[in-house]
Amino acid sequence: MNAPFLRTHANGALGLEAVGMTKRFGGLTALDDVTMRVSAGSFHALLGENGAGKSTLVKCIMGYYHADQGQVAVGEQEREIANPRDAHALGVGMVYQHFTLVPGMTVAENLVLSRSHVPAVVKWADERRALDAFMAGMPFRVPLDVPVSALAAGEKQKLEILKQLYLKNRFLILDEPTSVLTPGEADEVLGLLRRMTREGKLTVLTITHKFREVMAYADEVTVLRRGKFAGTGRVADLSRSDMAEMMIGAREIPHGASRLDNAIGEPRLQITGLKALNDGGLPALEDLDLTVWAGEVVGIAGVSGNGQRELVEVLAGQRPSAAGEVRIGGELYGATRAEIKRHRLCLLPEEPLRNACVARMSVAENMSFRSFDDPPFARGGWWLNGSAMRGAARDLISLYKVKTPGPDAPIGTLSGGNVQRAVLARELAHDVRVLIVANPCFGLDFAAVSEIRSQIMQARNRGAAVLLVSEDLDELFELADRILVMFDGHLVYETPTPDADLSVIGQHMAGH
Amino acid sequence: MVDQIARLPRTASPLFPGFSLDSVRRGAEAILIPVGALLATAIVFGLFVAAAGADPLETYSLMYRGAFGTWFSWQNTLQRTAPLLLTALCVALPAKLGLVIIGGEGALVMGGLVSAAVGAALIGVPPWLLLGLMAMAGMAAGGAWIALAGALRQFRGVNETISSLLLAYIAIALMNHMVEGPLRDPASLNKPSTPPLGEANMIGSIPGLDVHWGLVFGLIACLAAYVLMQRTTFGFGARMVGGNVRAARMAGLSVTTLSMITCFLAGASAGLAGMVEVAAVHGSAKASLVAGYGYTGILIAFIARQNPLAVIPVALMFGGIAASGGLLQRRLDLPDATILVLQGIAFVMILASDTLYGRFRIFQPRG
Ligand SMILES: Nc1ncnc2c1ncn2[C@@H]1O[C@H](COP(=O)(O)OP(=O)(O)OP(=O)(O)O)[C@@H](O)[C@H]1O
Ligand SMILES: [Mg+2]
Repeated sequence: MNAPFLRTHANGALGLEAVGMTKRFGGLTALDDVTMRVSAGSFHALLGENGAGKSTLVKCIMGYYHADQGQVAVGEQEREIANPRDAHALGVGMVYQHFTLVPGMTVAENLVLSRSHVPAVVKWADERRALDAFMAGMPFRVPLDVPVSALAAGEKQKLEILKQLYLKNRFLILDEPTSVLTPGEADEVLGLLRRMTREGKLTVLTITHKFREVMAYADEVTVLRRGKFAGTGRVADLSRSDMAEMMIGAREIPHGASRLDNAIGEPRLQITGLKALNDGGLPALEDLDLTVWAGEVVGIAGVSGNGQRELVEVLAGQRPSAAGEVRIGGELYGATRAEIKRHRLCLLPEEPLRNACVARMSVAENMSFRSFDDPPFARGGWWLNGSAMRGAARDLISLYKVKTPGPDAPIGTLSGGNVQRAVLARELAHDVRVLIVANPCFGLDFAAVSEIRSQIMQARNRGAAVLLVSEDLDELFELADRILVMFDGHLVYETPTPDADLSVIGQHMAGH
Repeated sequence: MVDQIARLPRTASPLFPGFSLDSVRRGAEAILIPVGALLATAIVFGLFVAAAGADPLETYSLMYRGAFGTWFSWQNTLQRTAPLLLTALCVALPAKLGLVIIGGEGALVMGGLVSAAVGAALIGVPPWLLLGLMAMAGMAAGGAWIALAGALRQFRGVNETISSLLLAYIAIALMNHMVEGPLRDPASLNKPSTPPLGEANMIGSIPGLDVHWGLVFGLIACLAAYVLMQRTTFGFGARMVGGNVRAARMAGLSVTTLSMITCFLAGASAGLAGMVEVAAVHGSAKASLVAGYGYTGILIAFIARQNPLAVIPVALMFGGIAASGGLLQRRLDLPDATILVLQGIAFVMILASDTLYGRFRIFQPRG
C-alpha cells in the first residue's frame, strides 16, 4: 500500500503537491485547507459532489484563481504560480470543461498558434514536418488539415489533449474530460493517457463523476467534500461504496423512484413530418414522425450529431422548423411563451449555461425565467417584484439543494452541476405536462444523477408526456418505456424497453 | 476500508490571509477603468495641444472655465447636455439587447425634420398642443428610423451597426433635400430652412435657470430608461435577450418584438432630441441640426457602459467639453476641430480600455 511518492520520474513525468489550499469567494469557502499529493507518473482522480470544489482546486493550481492560503510544489520545488502562463512554463497544463480551440482554424494552425512564442513569420513547411513527426509519436491522431469546427466532440477533446502534449506539458489536468465523449471514445482517450503514465512520460490528474472510469483507469483518488479534504487512497484498496461514502459522508444515497404501472393517457405531443436544418443549412431532421403519450417516457438513443440536438432546439423554440408540424394536446405548437405556459411544457436542455441561463443574471432571476411576468413576480403585469423573486428562489435553492452563495449570485459563478440543479428547480417547480429532456445527467455527481432520474420518473408517474434524448443507454434503459433510435436525422428503429436488445440498438445507432 | 485512508498532514504554513472586499473590487473596476482611460485621454490630448502650440495646462483650465467656470458657461453646458442625454440613450437601450446602434444622428435629424414640418403645417394651434404634436411626430419619425435598422437585422440579417450608420447619411441627405426644396421657407435666403415656428411657439426655459426644458426631458428619459430596463418585465425580457438569446427563445420570448420595441424607443429618444433642437434652439429645421450630437452620444453611452443613469454625468462632461470649444478657439487660436480630436482620442481610449476588464488582479474577487 505504501507506494513511494515520486516528485519527478526519470522519463519526464512531474509530481505535484498542493498543500493547505484555501480559497474563499466572498463569504463562501470553496476550498478549506485542502491537501492533495499526486505522484509523478500516476493517474490520479479527483472526486467529489457537485460544488465540492474540484474545479476550484485545479484552477488554483493552474494560477487561474489565487488561493488565499496554501502552497503548490511542482517537481522538486515549491513554486509560485501567478497565472496559467507560469503553470505552462513549469510543464503543467489543463484541459478545461469547455473547449478552447479556435473553430475557424485548422488543427495544425491551432497547435502552432497555441505555443507561447509563435515566430512572427511561421514557416509552415517546417512546422508541418515537425507536426507530422509529433503526431507519429502520439498514441492517437487527429487530421491536421481539417478546420476544428468540422471535428466531432470526441476529436476536439483528443485535440485538446494533444495540444497539451505538443506544448510539452508533463503534468496534465483534465476537468471532466469524458462528459462530451461516448463511452467508446472515453475508453480510447483514457486508455492512451494511462499508457503514457505507465511509461512515466506524463502524470494525469482527472476530475470525474464516473466511478467506472476511476475503477478502470486511476491509480489513486483524492476526495473532496464541501470544500474539505475527505480522504485519499489507492484505487486498488477501495470499493465504489467506499468512494461514494467519502464523497457524501454517512448520508443515505437517494433511491430512484420506481415506475408506476399507470394507464397511458391521450397522445400529448405529436410531431408529424418534421424537418429542420442544421447551422450549415443542410437537413438535420427529415420526415420525423413521433408521438409521446401522456404518462410515458419515450427515449431517443443515438450517437451525438444525428439530429437530436436540432430536434430539441425546434421543440425549445431555438430553431425554426423547415417543414412539418408539432401539436400538443391536439393544438398546433409554435414555442411561444403563451403556448409553453398553457401546455405546461418544461425543458431540460443539455449545456444549461449555454441553452437555458443568462450567466450574468442572478440565480433568482434565472429561476424566474418561466414566471417573471406572472404574479407575484410581476405586479400589474409590468412591475417586477424583486423580493418575491428572491424569496421564491430561496425556497427552490433549499428544496433542490443548489449550492450557491445566495439568490443574488450570478449563475455563471455556480459549479457546473449546480447550474443544472438550478435549471431543474425552475423547470420542475410547477406541474409538468410535457417534459423534454436532453442528456440531463452530464456532469452530475452520482447522488444528483439518481435524484434527477427520480424526478423524471415522478413526472411520468404523475401523467406527463416525457421525451428523453440521451446518449447514455443505461439511462434510457432505466427510464424509458419505449426506445427509439435516431440515425442521420431519421428515427430508424423502435422497441418497447422490456424487449430491447442492446446489440440491436447499437447496430441501428451505427446505421446498419 | 475508509478508515485506512491516510489523513494528510499539513506541511506548509499559510501565506497571508485574504480580505473580503469582492463587491468593492468589482465596483471599483467599473469606475476606475473608465476614469483611467479618461486620464490617458487627457495626457494624449495634452500632447496634441502642445504640438499645436498651446500650453496644455492653460488649455485644461480654460476648458474648465468654458464649461463650468461661470453661470453663463454652465448654461451653455446644460444646453448641450440636453440632446446628448437623449442621443446616448439611443445607443444604450439597444445595447441591453446586444445591438450596437450608432445611427442616432439619423434619428435626431429625422425627428427634427418631421417635427419642424408638422410645426410649420399646424401653425396657429395653441402652442402647448403644437409642441405636443411636434414631439410625438419627432419621436415617431426617429423611432421608425432606428426600428428600420432593427427590422433589417431581425428579418434580413443585415448588421444593425452598419445599417444604422448608413441610414444616418440617408437621413441627413433627405433633410438637406427637403429643406432646400419642398419644405423650404422662401424667406430663408442663403441658409435654407423650414418656415420658423415663431418665438411664441418655442419651448421656453426652466424658470430661474435660463436653460430650456429639453434638459428635463433628457433627465426624465434617462430615469425612465433605467426603470424600464431594471424594474419592468419588459426590461427583464430585454436583458435575457441581451444576455443569452438561446435562453430567451427557450423561455418563449419574442426576440423580434423585444428588439423592435427597443429600437423604436431608442430612435424615439434621439428623435425627441431633434425636436427639442428645433423647438428650443433653432426654431426650424436646417443644416445646423447636424451638429454631431448623435455621434457624441455613442461615446457617452460607451463610457457610461450603457447604463442610463451613468449617462447623466458623462453627458454633462461632454456637454461641458462642447461648450468650451469656442473659448479654446478664441483664446488659444486652436483649430475648431480640437474638440473632435479630443472626442476621438477619448473614444479610442475607452474602446481599448474595454479589453482591460478582468486583467488587473487587484480587482479580482479573492475572498
Ligand atoms: N468565480 C466564482 N465566484 C463565486 N463562487 C464560485 C466561483 N467559482 C466557484 N464558486 C463556488 O465554489 C464552489 C465550488 O465550485 P467548483 O466549481 O469548484 O465545484 P466542482 O467541485 O467543480 O463542481 P462540479 O462537479 O459541479 O463541476 C461552488 O459552490 C461555486 O458556487
Ligand atoms: Mg467543476
